Amino acid sequence: MMREMTGAEMVMQALIDQGVEHIFGYPGGAVLPIYDAMFHQNQVRHVLVRHEQGAVHMAEGYARSSGKVGVVLVTSGPGATNAVTGLTDALLDSIPVVCITGQVPTHLIGSDAFQECDTVGITRPCTKHNYLVRDINDLARVLHEAFYVAQNGRPGPVVVDIPKDVQFARGTYVGPENIQHKTYQPRLNGDPEKIRTAVELLAKARRPVLYTGGGVINSGPEASRLLREFARLTGFPVTSTLMGLGAYPAADKQWLGMLGMHGTYEANMTMHDCDVMLCIGARFDDRITGRLDAFSPDSKKIHIDIDPSSINKNVKVDVPIIGDVKHVLSDMLTLWRATKAEPDRQALASWWGQIDRWRARKSLSFQNSDAVIKPQHAIQRLYHAVKDKDVYITTEVGQHQMWAAQHFRFEEPNRWMTSGGLGTMGYGLPAAIGVQVAHPESLVIDIAGEASIQMCLQELSTALQFNLPVKIFVLNNEYMGMVRQWQDLLHGGRYSHSYSESLPDFVKLAEAYGAVGLRCHRPGDLDAAIQEMISIDRPVLFDCLVDQKENCLPMIPSGKPHNEMILPDHPEALDEAIDEEGKMLV
Amino acid sequence: MSAHPEAAERHTLSMLVDNEPGVLARIVGLFSGRGYNIDSLTVSEVSHDSKLSRITVVTTGAPGIIEQIKSQLDRLVPVHRVVDLTVAGKSVERELALIKVRGKGEIRQEALLIADSFRARTVDTTLESFVFEITGKPDKIDQFVSLLAPLGLVEVSRTGVAAIGRGPDGM
Repeated sequence: MMREMTGAEMVMQALIDQGVEHIFGYPGGAVLPIYDAMFHQNQVRHVLVRHEQGAVHMAEGYARSSGKVGVVLVTSGPGATNAVTGLTDALLDSIPVVCITGQVPTHLIGSDAFQECDTVGITRPCTKHNYLVRDINDLARVLHEAFYVAQNGRPGPVVVDIPKDVQFARGTYVGPENIQHKTYQPRLNGDPEKIRTAVELLAKARRPVLYTGGGVINSGPEASRLLREFARLTGFPVTSTLMGLGAYPAADKQWLGMLGMHGTYEANMTMHDCDVMLCIGARFDDRITGRLDAFSPDSKKIHIDIDPSSINKNVKVDVPIIGDVKHVLSDMLTLWRATKAEPDRQALASWWGQIDRWRARKSLSFQNSDAVIKPQHAIQRLYHAVKDKDVYITTEVGQHQMWAAQHFRFEEPNRWMTSGGLGTMGYGLPAAIGVQVAHPESLVIDIAGEASIQMCLQELSTALQFNLPVKIFVLNNEYMGMVRQWQDLLHGGRYSHSYSESLPDFVKLAEAYGAVGLRCHRPGDLDAAIQEMISIDRPVLFDCLVDQKENCLPMIPSGKPHNEMILPDHPEALDEAIDEEGKMLV
Repeated sequence: MSAHPEAAERHTLSMLVDNEPGVLARIVGLFSGRGYNIDSLTVSEVSHDSKLSRITVVTTGAPGIIEQIKSQLDRLVPVHRVVDLTVAGKSVERELALIKVRGKGEIRQEALLIADSFRARTVDTTLESFVFEITGKPDKIDQFVSLLAPLGLVEVSRTGVAAIGRGPDGM
C-alpha cells in the first residue's frame, strides 16, 4: 500500500498495519501531531499513563502476557528520559517493545531547545536498536523495521525518535509487506550436528537436568509444549530461572522448583551434581550460577540460545546450539525418537532417589504463626484462593518477589511478569495494568512490597480511569526487606535507611484514588480478606501487614557455590555465610 | 573466572556496517559499556552506493573476551559482518602517521637520515622543522617515533590500523 500522508498519520497507519490495538503513552509538545492523528481514528486505543516509566512497564506486561509487541508513545526530553528505566528493564528481560518518542524539529536539534535531549544517544545502550528519523520518506520503513527488530531474534526494546517537523511533513507511506531487513536475520534452526551431539550426550546422561529460562516463554507457547513433551519423554528433572516460571507446570512431579540464589535446595543441588545439563533459553546469570568456578563442576553443558553472545559469556559450555527454542526442541524431539534414544532408567531412578532426599529437606518451609501473618503464608493463601481462576501475577522487586516465585505456583507460560534482570522496583503495578489491558476479563494481581509500590503508585490513577480492576497485594513489613536482609548479612544488622519511615495509610490512599483499600493483620482474617479482594470488580490495594523481621530463605550467599545453601532449618548460618570476597558481590 | 586468568591477546577485527548516523557511537559505546579495550580504531565509507563503512578495531583481551566482543558486535543491527583477521588467516595491517620534528644543525641532519632509512616522506619543511609521512605496521611507526623522540619530536598524528586479509577472497 502506497499513499501520501503526514508523518503523524504514518505513525498511526503503521501501528494499525502492525496489528497494534493498544498503546501506552503521555502527550507533550513534540508528539502533539501524532496525538492529533490518533484523535481521528478508532482502531488503536490509547492508555494515558501518569509517568512515562509506567508506560514502558505497562507495555512490558502487555507484551509478556500476550506475546505481542508492547507499544509506547512519549514526548521529547523528559518524556524520553523517564522511559529509560523501562527500556533498560525490557532490554535485560528480552521483552519486545516499540517506543516512539517525539523530538524537537530537525533544525533545532543540537541547540539545547526546550525539552530537547539526545534521545538516541541516551537510549543507545538501553535498547536493542534505535532510530532518529530525519526524512519523512524513511519513516514508514523505519517503523515497520522497528517492529521486526523488536520481536525477531532475542526480543528487546526499540526506540523510534521522530522530530516534530517530520510528523508534519507529507510523504509516501509504505505498508509492512515490502519490508525485508537487509542485515538482521537471526538464525532460528540449530546446527544439526550440534543437535545430534546434544541428543547423544543426553541419552547417555546418568544425572541429567533441564535448566530452562525466559527464552522458552519468548519462543511462544509451542516452546513450552515441546519442553513438556521432551521432559515427559526423557523423564529428566526440570528447573527454571525466575524468568522462565510457568513454561513447565509446577504441579508436575518432574518439577524441582526455581533455581538460583533463592531457589529450592533440590534444584540447586541437582544443578551442582548433574552430569549433563541442558540449558534452554537461559543465560547463566549470576543469580543462577553462584560462585562461577564451582558452578556444576562435573557436568557437560549444552546451551540453546537465540543470542550467540549469550554463549560462553559467563560459563563455558560444551555444546552451544544457536537457535530458537521451539525450533531446536522440535528437532531434538524428532532426533530422540528417530534414534530410539533411551536413557539409562536405572541410573535415572537412582538420580531421582537422590533428588527426593534433597526434596525432603523442605527448603521452602517456614515457621508459621497464629499471632502474625508470615509473608510466605500470605502468598500461599493468595495462591489457594486464586489458583483455579484465570489469573496473572506481576511483582515488584525484593523479598516479596522471591516469596511469590517460591510459593505461588505457575502451570502455564505468560502468567508471571516480573523484573528479573534489572530488578526494577515499581515494575509490578504498571505491568499489572498492561496485563489487564491485554486480558480485561482475567484476574490480575501485583504482589508488592510497601516500599516498591510507592515507586509507581501514581499509575493507580490510570487503572481507575480505564476501569482496569487490578489487585495490589502489598506484603507490608515496613522495611525494604531485601535491603534489610543484606544489612543483616553483610553489615552487622545496622539498618541504614532501610526502614520504611512515614508510610502512608494505604487504605486511605487507595480511597483517595477512588480505589478500594483493605487491610489485614491477623492470620485468622486473611482468607476472608483475600476473598473480599478478589470479589471486588475494581482496583483494590490490599495492605497485608506481615512479620517485619522475616528473611527470605533458602539462600545461596553471594560468592558461594550451589551446595553451600543456607536452609531455613539453619538460618543462623547466614550470620557467617559471606566472606570478604563475597561481600564485594551484589 | 578470575581463578583461571587467560593471557590477553591482540586481535584485529574488521567489520562492515551500515554507514548511518550513530553507528560508530554504537560500536564505541559497546566497547566502553562492557569494559573492552580499543587499542586502535579506523572507520571510513567503503561503498558509497550501498552506504557501507568498514571499521577496523584492534583490541586486547583474553580469548573468551575476544569471542564475546565478536558476538556482541555481530548482534548489533547495523553490523553486516565481523571478521577476526587475526584468526581468519594471513592479513596485511598498515597505519599512516604524520610526525613533526623541530631543530637545527646536526639534530636536523640526523632526523632526515632516520626518516630516509624508514622510507618516510618529507611532506612539509621549514628552516627549523620537518613533517614526515610514514606508512607501515604499527610497530614500525612506534620505532620511528621513538628514534625521533630525542631529535626534537613535536607531535604525532596516527590514523590507526587499516587491515585486510591476504589472498583473493573478500571478507
